[in-house]
Amino acid sequence: MSTSDHSDDRNRNRDRDSEATFGDYGGQYVPEALMPAVQELEDAYERYVLNNEDGFMDEFRERMRDFGGRPTPLQRADRLSERYDREVYLKREDLVHGGAHKLNNALGQVLLAKYMGKERVIAETGAGQHGTATAMAAAHLDMPCEIYMGRTDVNRQRPNVYRMRMNGAEVNPVEAGSGTLKEAINETFRDWATTVERTHYVIGSVVGPHPFPKLVRDFQAVIGREAREQIREKTGRLPDSVVACAGGGSNTMGTFHEFIPDDGVDLYAVEAGGSSLEIDAEEGLAPNSATLSTGTDGVLHGAMTRLLQSEEGQIMESHSVSAGLDYAGVGPELAHLVETGRVTPVNVDDEAALNGFHRLSRLEGIIPALESSHALGYLEEAHDELGDLVVVNVSGRGDKDLETVLEETEKRDLEAAPDVEVFDG
Amino acid sequence: MSREDRRPAGRGSDIEAAIRENHPALITYLTAGDPSLEDTKAYVEALDRGGADLIELGLPFSEPVAEGATIQAAINRALEAGTTPEGFFELVDDLETEAPLLVMTYYNMILQYGSEPDVRPFVERAAEAGLSGIIVPDLPAEEADPLRDACDEHGLDLVFIIAPTTEGERLEHIMSQVSGFAYVQARLGTTGARADVSTATHESLERLSDYDVPKAVGFGVSEGDHAAEIVEAGADGVIVGSALIDIVASSDDPAADLEAKAEELKRGAVRGAESLTVDTEDTPEPEQP
Repeated sequence: MSTSDHSDDRNRNRDRDSEATFGDYGGQYVPEALMPAVQELEDAYERYVLNNEDGFMDEFRERMRDFGGRPTPLQRADRLSERYDREVYLKREDLVHGGAHKLNNALGQVLLAKYMGKERVIAETGAGQHGTATAMAAAHLDMPCEIYMGRTDVNRQRPNVYRMRMNGAEVNPVEAGSGTLKEAINETFRDWATTVERTHYVIGSVVGPHPFPKLVRDFQAVIGREAREQIREKTGRLPDSVVACAGGGSNTMGTFHEFIPDDGVDLYAVEAGGSSLEIDAEEGLAPNSATLSTGTDGVLHGAMTRLLQSEEGQIMESHSVSAGLDYAGVGPELAHLVETGRVTPVNVDDEAALNGFHRLSRLEGIIPALESSHALGYLEEAHDELGDLVVVNVSGRGDKDLETVLEETEKRDLEAAPDVEVFDG
Repeated sequence: MSREDRRPAGRGSDIEAAIRENHPALITYLTAGDPSLEDTKAYVEALDRGGADLIELGLPFSEPVAEGATIQAAINRALEAGTTPEGFFELVDDLETEAPLLVMTYYNMILQYGSEPDVRPFVERAAEAGLSGIIVPDLPAEEADPLRDACDEHGLDLVFIIAPTTEGERLEHIMSQVSGFAYVQARLGTTGARADVSTATHESLERLSDYDVPKAVGFGVSEGDHAAEIVEAGADGVIVGSALIDIVASSDDPAADLEAKAEELKRGAVRGAESLTVDTEDTPEPEQP
């Protein structure tokens, strides 16, 4: 996209970007001690990200190119195209440095923290991908970094814990609750409330108080901007549909953002259906992370959005075979786009995601993250409704998930899987 | 004061009066339902006997981002015991205390009370139960209009927190909307008992000295000596939570120990006020050389 096109985009989005809400969603529901930091960040977002002050966005794009490996390819998936009898293209975010789209946001925010004169960054992580990306960005930009990670996730994502520590980050296990992402976020908010004057909190998705949902979206919007250009170059037209998985929603918003004005392009956000869409009210547990499909409106972690919660307002434990989707909230902009009908929320269960994982690995030689595997699971289930030309975002690579996949595959009789019982290490 | 008497009659009514009339005031916090609502009733009454002038009751929320480990553990115990908003209000219905009561909870709990997200059903029920005010740690003044309107309508105070980072225009804006008292956060971070009084307390009270609103200091206050020091620094009240929850969690006779702790804290606060009077009235001005 040319520079002039880009400034048109900026002007088009300008008025919307200064607002703290998306329809009824969004806002700034944080403890008073954090409000000045949130407002300082609003100011920095406006100056550096929207207005490119001091050449911030130029430096960000250059670093994403040279350090991050952008642009990523848009690849025609030949055997999937044949299987579904339509054109299927894959946006290869698994090829970003670190193995996931997460670096787009982490590098952007750590660089912003530098421009703001902060001395230290903190972040939370579930599966470890955001923590890893933040640790890499912090090492690259020479910034002290601490990561909060639930104890359960520390235990089941060892390789990512090692990667963070290799890059010089301190990893703090969080013992509270079920020891997953929700608890890690609470703990990071507490650190931030104590050290707010010199610390920037690198939020890992399009969630949290304004301006985080917009800031993270803008750093991730490069996914859709590239994909939109690339599909036109390769096919001469826009796709009929774009499919991306949705947990917090950062790769979803990043992939969709540039397509939102294109009315002819259908946008599908694929959530984790887990083992069931039914809620276990007695246990306060949702055996899924399908917030957009089944959640209700409420306030969590700084924003009004859709949540998995009890009738009384207690936040539920969510579940997904993919730790990266396992969160009871979702980005407020995505909730708004679903509310207004622009984005269609759909979901597939753990088994369909595992089949999606094995299918892409066998047919295309790409081992996708379990998060992305949900999008591929939906492609299998609903390809007839997706039109002749489909773009699927492969948000990350699946190396981190191999142990989980072997374990979960062994429990099930999966049609797309190899015989995992003969794996002896 | 009977329950009928403390039914709120307008913004700043009985909470402000409770602090001014009992100056220096002791404000205590307990998490409702820790370890059961029945125990909470006994503990609140013990604090009332011990000299608490205002009592905050926490309605537990599963994601208490502004709390430290002590209150988070109390909230977990209360939730495990099955504490619900309706059970909380029934407890308040039953309580007979001299001290007015406030509810402290997170915004989502307020929104979800009733059939769809709306703040009014919660405020109506709070007023009906005889609560005098509401504190919401994750609701900054910028987002508070709907709740403030509902509180005004039903005569409840909406108490705002002033953090060490609250300065300039934001401070003025918040102070113009404060009702009941200004909750001065003694230090950055989360709730939790500490061994000392932060210098941020003195700075915050200094910043607020021009505003004619009662100021009460919380976050880290645990002993009579802290209470004395805080009142000496210019506070109208001290707020104590985690130190009381430590008693709930570990004492063999929590009610008796809570009553004794309240007495100690109140004595400390009074001592602070007395030394202030001595300083300003009885100490002769040093002669200029």
